[in-house]
Amino acid sequence: MNEEKYVPKSKLGQWFDSRLPLLSLAHHLRDYPTPKNLNYWWTFGAILTFCLVAQIITGIVLAMHYVAHADLAFESVEHIMRDVNYGWLIRYFHANGSSMFFLAVYVHIFRGLYYGSYKSPREIIWIIGMLIYILMMATAFMGYVLPWGQMSFWAATVITSLFSAIPIVGDSIVGWLWGGYAVGSPTLTRFYSLHYLLPFLIFALVVLHIWALHIPGNTNPVGIDIKQPSKDTVPFSPYVAVKDLYALIIFLIITAGFVFFAPNILSHPDNYIKANQMVTPTHIVPEWYLLPFYAILRAVPDKLGGVVVMFASLFILMFLPWLDTSKVRSAVFRPLYKIFFWVLVIDVIVLGYMGAKPPEGLYLLIGRVATIYYFAHFILVMPILGFKEKTPPLPISISNPVLGGDKKTVNDR
Amino acid sequence: MGSSYAVLATIVALFILFLFLSWIFVSIRFVDKEQKEETTERRYFLFTASYALGAVAVGAAAWPLIDQMNPDASVKALATTEVDISNISLGKTITVLWRGKPIFIRRRTQNEISEAQNVDLNELKDPQKDEDRVKKSEWLVMTGVCTHLGCVPLGDKGDFGGWFCPCHGSHYDTSGRIRKGPAPTNLEIPKYEFINSNTIIIG
Repeated sequence: MNEEKYVPKSKLGQWFDSRLPLLSLAHHLRDYPTPKNLNYWWTFGAILTFCLVAQIITGIVLAMHYVAHADLAFESVEHIMRDVNYGWLIRYFHANGSSMFFLAVYVHIFRGLYYGSYKSPREIIWIIGMLIYILMMATAFMGYVLPWGQMSFWAATVITSLFSAIPIVGDSIVGWLWGGYAVGSPTLTRFYSLHYLLPFLIFALVVLHIWALHIPGNTNPVGIDIKQPSKDTVPFSPYVAVKDLYALIIFLIITAGFVFFAPNILSHPDNYIKANQMVTPTHIVPEWYLLPFYAILRAVPDKLGGVVVMFASLFILMFLPWLDTSKVRSAVFRPLYKIFFWVLVIDVIVLGYMGAKPPEGLYLLIGRVATIYYFAHFILVMPILGFKEKTPPLPISISNPVLGGDKKTVNDR
Repeated sequence: MGSSYAVLATIVALFILFLFLSWIFVSIRFVDKEQKEETTERRYFLFTASYALGAVAVGAAAWPLIDQMNPDASVKALATTEVDISNISLGKTITVLWRGKPIFIRRRTQNEISEAQNVDLNELKDPQKDEDRVKKSEWLVMTGVCTHLGCVPLGDKGDFGGWFCPCHGSHYDTSGRIRKGPAPTNLEIPKYEFINSNTIIIG
């Protein structure tokens, strides 16, 4: 970053800033040079930050009324819904907020995949982002258990039982996770404790994510390196800040649509039945945002194999910066990758659909094919494409999108 | 509690062994070296030893924090359940709760028993004779928890006249043995005794 050194105007400001450079930090965040061609897909970082803060605030409020005990949890959630002032609004916002959070994170991840945001020098940003994503799934899963309905209880049972697939120590690990011989009150209280803790870990990782982003600066739709600051950049505030805010408002309108008009459409009616350890609901499915991984788990006809492949499908994303061998960042200049990218998007949606269906017959077969393709995309398509693909020449700068613009402008930037 | 001490004792024993071996290794190196190098070697040894000691201290401090999550004394105390089975008629199953898990107790019909006994063991994924799974062939007592991912299978369902797990489609036969689907093993048989012909004690 080639920013000028900031010196506060007032004496007091200088005195404070030389002792703790908070004012310099605020100045940096305001004037941070961003590429001038960022499109709306780039607004999801700000939307996600908002989502995290909103979930933390509504969560802290819900924790004031919720009781984490197997005998009381379900009733306390109903108490929040019926008795607590605006409890229904806060809970519905928190529950639908998690879905919107995941919707935004998926857009954000696919944005990164399309524009090659994970490529050098931004590998660390990508890896931290993946860690955030994994923590988000853990947090969401534990939050889903807290209302102690039928879906909560059986989701907890099925997901924790995944660890029983580990040879030799599997059963001891599951017993350790449960704090008993089955999912029960001890499981609920520890999930509550961790559900409260993890968002703050996510918050810390988000700080690192943004810090790591501010070292090389944003990538951009054209995907070329730009000088910062230059004719190709604009200050974050007001240009990008206002664009982020506008996108956030649209996003909040959609969220409000769910909260006020269809608050339960993304959840499952069985979760309004109190947990019963004697009866499993006839059709159990995870929340929609975990469905593609659930389909991968069920695609493998072996218990340990299914668990291994499911975790592999997640961790393979961390190696993406090295699996993608192409020197060209943005899919805008990668005619073949652009096609494969959309095939992957469809593949993941198909996996999600198969995850919601019973694992038999055609559903299972399609699920298996989609699983194989998912891995093939990362292990075969991405490395090979980097060598085989013929890419058109890249522009010299954002201001000169047409190749071979006159030399004077190039030297000016 | 006993197992935690065993783990700690093992860690300490391994650490002492490690120190001893490191000492032997370093003293052998000492013999051939000049005085100068000797002091650096000694310093490295001391560093390594301190790090190792620090690691043991951290491990010992962390253990109570990890072990607190294991089943506690109050959970372990609920370890037996007595069940009156005199009211179960032929071909019916009752479900009782033992240590938070459902236990199926089924009074099997003659058909089911012969079906279970006449299966060719080579057909089974987890081969086990029906005789080894029951104390009295009329009474099948087993944990009603699918060995795949822990759901409760549904009775009188599935392709083998036994149980069927709705979560991921495992089929069990009239002896609770896995026949089809992702579950790796047969439904578990808990520890139980017939106190008399009308009562069993589980656990």
